[in-house]
Amino acid sequence: MESASNKIKIAFAVNGRTQSVEAYPMERLLDVLREQLNLTGTKEGCGEGECGACTVVIDGQIVNSCLVPVGQVAGASIKTIEGIASGQQLHAVQQAFIDCGGAQCGICTPGMVMAAMDLLERNPNPTEADIRTGLAGNLCRCTGYMKIFDSVVRACQNESS
Amino acid sequence: MRGYVPSYKLISPASLADALAALAREPGDWQPFAGGTDLMVLLESGKLSHKNYLNIWNLSELRGIEVSGAGITIGALTTYTEVQSNPILRREFPMLCQAASETGGLAIQNRGTLGGNIANASPAADSPPALLVYNAELELLSVRGSRWVPYQSFHTGYKQTTMQPDELLARIRLPRVWPDLNHYYRKVGTRKAQAISKVCFAATARMDEGIIGVIRIALGSVAPVPLRCRKTEEVLQGAMLNDSTIEKARAELAREIVPIDDIRSTKNYRLRVSLNLLEDFLRGLAPDSA
Repeated sequence: MESASNKIKIAFAVNGRTQSVEAYPMERLLDVLREQLNLTGTKEGCGEGECGACTVVIDGQIVNSCLVPVGQVAGASIKTIEGIASGQQLHAVQQAFIDCGGAQCGICTPGMVMAAMDLLERNPNPTEADIRTGLAGNLCRCTGYMKIFDSVVRACQNESS
Repeated sequence: MRGYVPSYKLISPASLADALAALAREPGDWQPFAGGTDLMVLLESGKLSHKNYLNIWNLSELRGIEVSGAGITIGALTTYTEVQSNPILRREFPMLCQAASETGGLAIQNRGTLGGNIANASPAADSPPALLVYNAELELLSVRGSRWVPYQSFHTGYKQTTMQPDELLARIRLPRVWPDLNHYYRKVGTRKAQAISKVCFAATARMDEGIIGVIRIALGSVAPVPLRCRKTEEVLQGAMLNDSTIEKARAELAREIVPIDDIRSTKNYRLRVSLNLLEDFLRGLAPDSA
């Protein structure tokens, strides 16, 4: 098929490091992260913004990376699941998911962790309803959500203790 | 199957003036691309037929919420997250904030814009019924200048609007309403989060000693366009709030809306839910129901 558009150079920061990629501007950020930058922690679930598996943070806000064309992130600062631990020290949300069994098959987990982390950054003491709203954009087909919910509650307790 | 990505162009004008110039140079050739929450879904399913897009996401001229004594002016790129966190919108236009909080999850609300929700022109969108009830006005910008149009005359048919190919939706203005107005917004979908509406209902009213004073009603997903229900309002305006009035209003609304069977719901379900929501709203206006 004919190509109307050319690849362009796009520079942005991922997990604190400047990256420069060559990509078609309408390529999904999700694909560029996974296939060019080898950051395969971010998962593809539905590919249409319904499931949250591809959640990343752009300039401080969670987004579905399947719905962001890479042509829109020039100069942006992006955080993925690979960037939230400090060296060997897991983020409190990651540790809580391990402690509470908040993951089964694991496909939704990176997105759940990103959404939970975002929630706790905005609201360190969420109510039950706040947690449900915070995770409403993330689907899980395994756990029935209760262990994920418990993980977020545990993460709040650990952060505040 | 996903659209062939190399066949799409996405260019980023440096300023609003550059964007308008690009729209004017080849009218219809370039279409605006904001948060992408609708367009990228079409791309994924291979249904994004237009190929050339102007990335307007970074145009700061189209952001921000301005408040004056007469009205609130909202930049078209204002996201759902920004709408629902604005204290004045929360106080005076709660249905718009509720629509914003019930559209997708947070990751969608961080990208989806009020202008995009309007310009995309889906009859199932969640903010239009609230905007219709609040008598919103839209500013359409082009190199020819600026014009303000009443939102209620913006949608002319399914996915059709009065916006010209060289125009860009720039701002949405809401005249400030009386503080003692009653606001009622209900979105009915398959589940509480992330659903697209089967029916969306927005209404305001003010009661004056048992008589219905001001009343405005609008619905989504029950017609080819988001629908302000003027005939139903006429039945109710100035009427005594009682069973007979409610029955007449239900009958009028049943004539005024034209729901259909589609992937999300059925004509019959939509009709029944719309009439029940109208009744629920009206019964809630009675002083003893509070």
